[in-house]
Amino acid sequence: MAEFKIDRRRFLTAAGIGAAMLPLSGCDAFDSVLGDDAAVRNVLAKANDVTYRVQRALFGDEALAPEYSDSEIRQPMRPNGSTDPQTPEYLKLKQSDFADYRLEVGGLVENKLSLSLAELRNMPSRTQVTRHDCVEGWSCIAKWSGVQLSRVLDQARVKPSARYVLFHCYDSMGDTFTGPQLYYETLDLVAARNPQTILAYGMNGSNLPVSNGAPLRVRVEQQLGYKMAKYIKSVELVSGFEKFAGGKGGYWEDTVGYDWYAGA
Amino acid sequence: MTIEQDAVSTIPPKSKRLVYRQSGWTRVTHWIWAISIFFMVTSGLSIFNARPDLYIGQQSGFGFDNAILDINAEQEDNGRIVGVTTLFGHRFDTTGVLGASGDPANPDIRAFPAWATVPSFYDLATGRVVHFFFAWILVATMLVWWVASLFNGHLRRDIVPKTKDLANLPQDVADHARLRFHHTGSYNVLQKLAYAGVLVIVLPVIILTGLTMSPGVDASFPWLLDVFGGRQTARTIHFTCMVLIVLFFIVHILMVLAAGPFNELRSIITGWYRTDDKIEDGEARNG
Repeated sequence: MAEFKIDRRRFLTAAGIGAAMLPLSGCDAFDSVLGDDAAVRNVLAKANDVTYRVQRALFGDEALAPEYSDSEIRQPMRPNGSTDPQTPEYLKLKQSDFADYRLEVGGLVENKLSLSLAELRNMPSRTQVTRHDCVEGWSCIAKWSGVQLSRVLDQARVKPSARYVLFHCYDSMGDTFTGPQLYYETLDLVAARNPQTILAYGMNGSNLPVSNGAPLRVRVEQQLGYKMAKYIKSVELVSGFEKFAGGKGGYWEDTVGYDWYAGA
Repeated sequence: MTIEQDAVSTIPPKSKRLVYRQSGWTRVTHWIWAISIFFMVTSGLSIFNARPDLYIGQQSGFGFDNAILDINAEQEDNGRIVGVTTLFGHRFDTTGVLGASGDPANPDIRAFPAWATVPSFYDLATGRVVHFFFAWILVATMLVWWVASLFNGHLRRDIVPKTKDLANLPQDVADHARLRFHHTGSYNVLQKLAYAGVLVIVLPVIILTGLTMSPGVDASFPWLLDVFGGRQTARTIHFTCMVLIVLFFIVHILMVLAAGPFNELRSIITGWYRTDDKIEDGEARNG
């Protein structure tokens, strides 16, 4: 029986070649095809459409994210994104502790609404202790109180042509030629009508702090943090978002290319 | 692709010791995995760089400490930037690779260095796009492999070690330590354990912990969080499995080089493998 033997020198040579190959995995070779709007990147990004369709097909529209006990609130909610908006409109509202705040609900609705914080607080409320998952990878558990978005939508009577909810916000992400670039985000109506999707005005038993989106932010517990618009100015029902801003349905989607569907 | 081939009847007459060892299913899935795992690991490191810490539990400790790994950069009193990796409370200077890398005079502050990530520059969004695309490819290939390997017997015959194999373990370890390789129609026990470990344990666990990190999946399968001890523990396990896969890859490549890269590559490309046995001793492999 022929037995294959290998001497030490041959092995070390082979090992050396192997080791030398590792840095060759140098990954900048792929950078050119992965830039914003590069064709290859756009093809790969279609995987998000698959994820969206599969999750919508397999999972119930009413699926609830896990809720935790109060004892699992072990730290203040970590604020991120905008934490202290400086637009004049927002500063004016903040000065009077949001007494003059009105949530405008418009677009494809039968009944346009303009709701004060008191009116929102007088609607049936929902409180939930949930885990906030940031796209960066961290998680933080906090208690959120607010009114279910579905109740607001029902009151506004959404037209059948509406497919998405577009949030317009007070916080500026930077200046453009036409003025400050205000934050915006969109949700489909399944996410918007989930029982856990609330317009939150309270956090950890107090009023929602400015750093976490006062006076009103949305909670979408089945998706990542960037979908949960803070400092909400108005809610617009739309049939599509292709023509709005960069056309990808959100500030981060348009500027850095995060996936529109963030159920991951 | 011809999945079943009669090995004996198709052996070329002049090379009688060539056996048909790898089925089409094994070969095609092998190369799809090779490509997708390369992109999964490199884009995964890109994603990790956005939050270069690993935690235990449901959440990330900001007001308390539940981190087991942290990769960061610090500035020393003399102005020098150093990469510091803290693992289970032990600090290591990892300047040049982890934390701070690239040009020593003007280092990049990033957990994993540019050469290890796709894309090489910091771009969380693109890292995620690449990661999830290849995640679908990997999962689809895994399903194909499982179905094929259950039906054609690859899993039972070639992968899962039998009692007889385990009895050979000491001898096999001794042979590997001496770099003495036996080329037969089937895998040796260390190979079986390595392949079973990756295919039956590590890859399924890395897929499941990946799903556990998805808030959309958690809403429908909250038991995943219980199985893996919370979302942040799942992320830590996901990362650990990646390290195991990289270690497997390094050993795998070294073994291929040591055992004869031409023969090994031929078998995983064409299916034909040259054995040490005479044909009447060697058991030719079908499918």
